[in-house]
Amino acid sequence: MIITTTWYLVLAAALFSIGVSGVLIRRNALVMFMSIELMLNSVNLTFVAVSKDLGLVEGQVAALFVMVVAAAEVTVGLAIIVAVFRRKASANIDELAELKG
Amino acid sequence: MGELIVFVIFATVALASAVAMVSARNPVYSAIGLLGAMFSIAILYVLLDAHFVAAVQVIVYAGAVMTLFLFVIMLIGVDNPDAYGPAVPAQKVMTWVVSVGLFAAIVLAGRAAWVTGSDAFGTPDLNGTIEKVSDELFGTWTVVFLSTVMLLTIAAVGTIALAYFGTEVADEEATL
Repeated sequence: MIITTTWYLVLAAALFSIGVSGVLIRRNALVMFMSIELMLNSVNLTFVAVSKDLGLVEGQVAALFVMVVAAAEVTVGLAIIVAVFRRKASANIDELAELKG
Repeated sequence: MGELIVFVIFATVALASAVAMVSARNPVYSAIGLLGAMFSIAILYVLLDAHFVAAVQVIVYAGAVMTLFLFVIMLIGVDNPDAYGPAVPAQKVMTWVVSVGLFAAIVLAGRAAWVTGSDAFGTPDLNGTIEKVSDELFGTWTVVFLSTVMLLTIAAVGTIALAYFGTEVADEEATL
């Protein structure tokens, strides 16, 4: 039995869905952030699998760019979480409701 | 055959770690789950002959990003904000409906393209070595690469600004 690209794409879709459920179900800002990282990773897996399928190296280059953006996003996002925590002493996103009308 | 065994093992590990990450009560266990998923994905990259991307995945994600996550977890404490009950009624049920529906939609939407596309790796000679990737990176995509350098610099400066402003030291200096 040969592993086709479809297997990787289905796996990536499953990981992405799990990441979406993490963002929707959890209220700890850190765990939500980790779920976003998981979604970025699953998209990277799609890029690399299709790159192999088409025999083009561009997919891997795209995956590298996604990693750079994810690294920048992690630094800024975690800094925001720490800044919010210093002000509110909580990482629960439901407590950030000041803009609620 | 060996490839199939490795794929099945690490796809299972990736899915199990991802589920553990979402369902763990303690954020440290969530971080461990994410680490497992990232390592498994790195091994799948090796299976896909993307050796350089696999190395970067381990160094950047499993190394730098996860260390940063664990630092922040230790900094703000391992409290559990999910213990207060759902914010929206039937939040869990709705979440499962949305994520399973999304998975089904992706698979159904992708099927059309996947069945007509080439199957079983038409060109198996692609090897994601540093040489090939960097030829592409510094040849065709130089400008994009340089913009990512700028992006990282801006991100670092922004992080410093976020950590600095709003503190007493910054307020004192502003009033001087």
